[in-house]
Amino acid sequence: MHMPAEKIVAQSDLYSMESPTVRTPDENPRPVRVSARNVNVFYGTKQALFDVSIDVPEKAVTAFIGPSGCGKSTFLRCLNRMNDTIEGCRVTGAIALDGSDIYDQALDVVELRARVGMVFQKPNPFPKSIYENVSYGPRIHGLARSRAELDAIVEASLQKAGLWNEVKDRLSEPGTGLSGGQQQRLCIARAIAVSPEVILMDEPCSALDPIATARIEELIDELKQNYTIVIVTHSMQQAARVSQRTAFFHLGILVEEGPTDLIFTSPGEKRTQDYITGRFG
Amino acid sequence: MNKMAEMFSRQLEQGSDGSTQRLERIRAGLSARHSRERRFRAYGIAAIVAALGFVAILFSMILYQGLPAFTQATLTVDVFFDPEIIEADDIPVQVEGQSAAEYQKAQLDWQRQVTMLNWNRVVEQAILAAAPDIEIDTRAVLSVVETSERFRLRDMFVADPGLLGKTVSVDMLASANTDNWLKGNIDRSLPDSQQQLSPEARALADRLMEEGKMRFSFAAHIFSNVDSRSAPASAGLAGAFVGSLYMMLVVIVLAVPIGVASAVYLEEFAPKNRLTDFIEVNINNLAAVPSIVFGLLGAAVFINYFRLPLSAPLVGGLVLTLMTLPTVIIATRSALRAVPPSLRQAALGLGASKTQTVFHHVLPVTYPGILTATIIGVAQALGETAPLLLIGMNAFVAQIPSTPMDQSTALPVQIYLWQGNENRNFFEARTSAAIIVLLGLMLTLNAIAIFLRTRLERRK
Repeated sequence: MHMPAEKIVAQSDLYSMESPTVRTPDENPRPVRVSARNVNVFYGTKQALFDVSIDVPEKAVTAFIGPSGCGKSTFLRCLNRMNDTIEGCRVTGAIALDGSDIYDQALDVVELRARVGMVFQKPNPFPKSIYENVSYGPRIHGLARSRAELDAIVEASLQKAGLWNEVKDRLSEPGTGLSGGQQQRLCIARAIAVSPEVILMDEPCSALDPIATARIEELIDELKQNYTIVIVTHSMQQAARVSQRTAFFHLGILVEEGPTDLIFTSPGEKRTQDYITGRFG
Repeated sequence: MNKMAEMFSRQLEQGSDGSTQRLERIRAGLSARHSRERRFRAYGIAAIVAALGFVAILFSMILYQGLPAFTQATLTVDVFFDPEIIEADDIPVQVEGQSAAEYQKAQLDWQRQVTMLNWNRVVEQAILAAAPDIEIDTRAVLSVVETSERFRLRDMFVADPGLLGKTVSVDMLASANTDNWLKGNIDRSLPDSQQQLSPEARALADRLMEEGKMRFSFAAHIFSNVDSRSAPASAGLAGAFVGSLYMMLVVIVLAVPIGVASAVYLEEFAPKNRLTDFIEVNINNLAAVPSIVFGLLGAAVFINYFRLPLSAPLVGGLVLTLMTLPTVIIATRSALRAVPPSLRQAALGLGASKTQTVFHHVLPVTYPGILTATIIGVAQALGETAPLLLIGMNAFVAQIPSTPMDQSTALPVQIYLWQGNENRNFFEARTSAAIIVLLGLMLTLNAIAIFLRTRLERRK
């Protein structure tokens, strides 16, 4: 967590720093929401990520792809500091959200996670009612002043997650009683109920069947109108379907990053090409 | 390894011949495998049957010995409140100008006067009236009923002085010796010198029984009376029961919050270092410390140092809390460890603080586990005797404690005391009866635990 002195970067310098080496020009650049520079992650003495630098554009879907153990999930978890909860995990480098360093001592991690929501690989609704699942975030952050306001947030979040029509008559039933795909949409509703700026999704469809996966992908497509989304996925087809930008990780290194269509049609690196053509991974 | 691989590949190449050979080999081993499985299952069933058999023997022995104690010989006679014996002044009434204190003193004086009367004669007359033609001396007559019955008549009179000169039907408890004789606890063919009652008293008891004036009725006083040495037939469990109850309260109030809080801190918040490892090892050791050592500790710390009263349920509860704490801590920690990390991640990912995560999401999931651990710990504490002997709870206490600071005894200690009572013939059954009550209480506690756990689990 503590950065070596030479690597500490003043917040204002983050944008002026040189861009990552592997870049493909973007015809229509969007403002950058999250930017990472020279991020290294260690689990104990083992280094899991090497000098990762990337910019995540606003209101678009950025996909992280790569074979298992390549560090894409580890990097995702750096963006809302979920790695803090892992014993022996150390992060160096700089990650900024809207220009301010998220590893700053003065920054409250609770506030950060209210701004950067997360959806996990396995649907993990709380063992409580559907209503309580969605209302929990707004409640702990004090976002609703009255019960009516809270009800409105819950309804709006479930609407946005495309779950409202399926659950509106059974909001008091346990969230764990829903099907896998519904549970994952409930988790998305729970995340967007806090109105985060960025939503991180860690292989959100890997535990779901193809139909549920298609629904989640549709949902991601809609959500990108309002949210900045970063998604880790095993499936290259999924990355191609839902993302505007794709980053390819391999052995802890960010090999290549650029507009999705370019990465899939004319990758700049041989390793990327080998991976997307199915030669390894 | 290579040889094996070669053999295997050769077998594969041999095609159908090889496959029949392979099948034969599998079949040859099959019967041995199945019989091994059957044998293992038979051992398991034998073990369970043996265990159940022992439990059945234990329970049937206790029930066989203890159930007769729940009925006791009771004598129903007409008691005449003879004005010639009961020569007391009229009950004082508050006159004008008399202060409350003066009136109370007059009342106490009157009660003292009533107590001094010869109530034994009232009892004797009542029994003799029930068996008029029998020749018997006073001592023998009075040995048939329990010595406490004369006080009952007195109390009836104090409560209602209007009884003077009237005749009422009263149920009187037969003495322990009469009960023994009538139940046949003592061999009825033994010579007089080995009998507890005189021949006349035995004859009287038999006759009253024949005439239906004496019968066996439910001994409710086991539950409502305190222990008694002068009137063993009237001895009950109420004092010990309330003492045990107070101790349970102390244990629940102290062990549950302290235990759960320690477990939550150690599991969720404490850094993992040598100190916490050391603490963990010691908590596990504490669970294995013999209970009598906790009694010594209680005597040294709570009684000698803090000067808490001897024989008090508070001290007993504190000692039992120390004993129960490791159970609660260990069970709560394992319950916390069993909570899937995805639940914590879900809460943390939403921006819940560590404390909110633990108290809103992790702890509620562990309630069934904590509850079960608590009730098992409390049930264990309820049955503990050894440490209580060292802090003076084996004293003979003939009153129901009104606060946890009063002298008291406890159910298992009461069993121990009755077990050692001189009147073996009578207290053998009484001891088993107390065991039945204690076991009943434990089964109730366990049933509550199971009920609450299934309810909590269903709510999830």
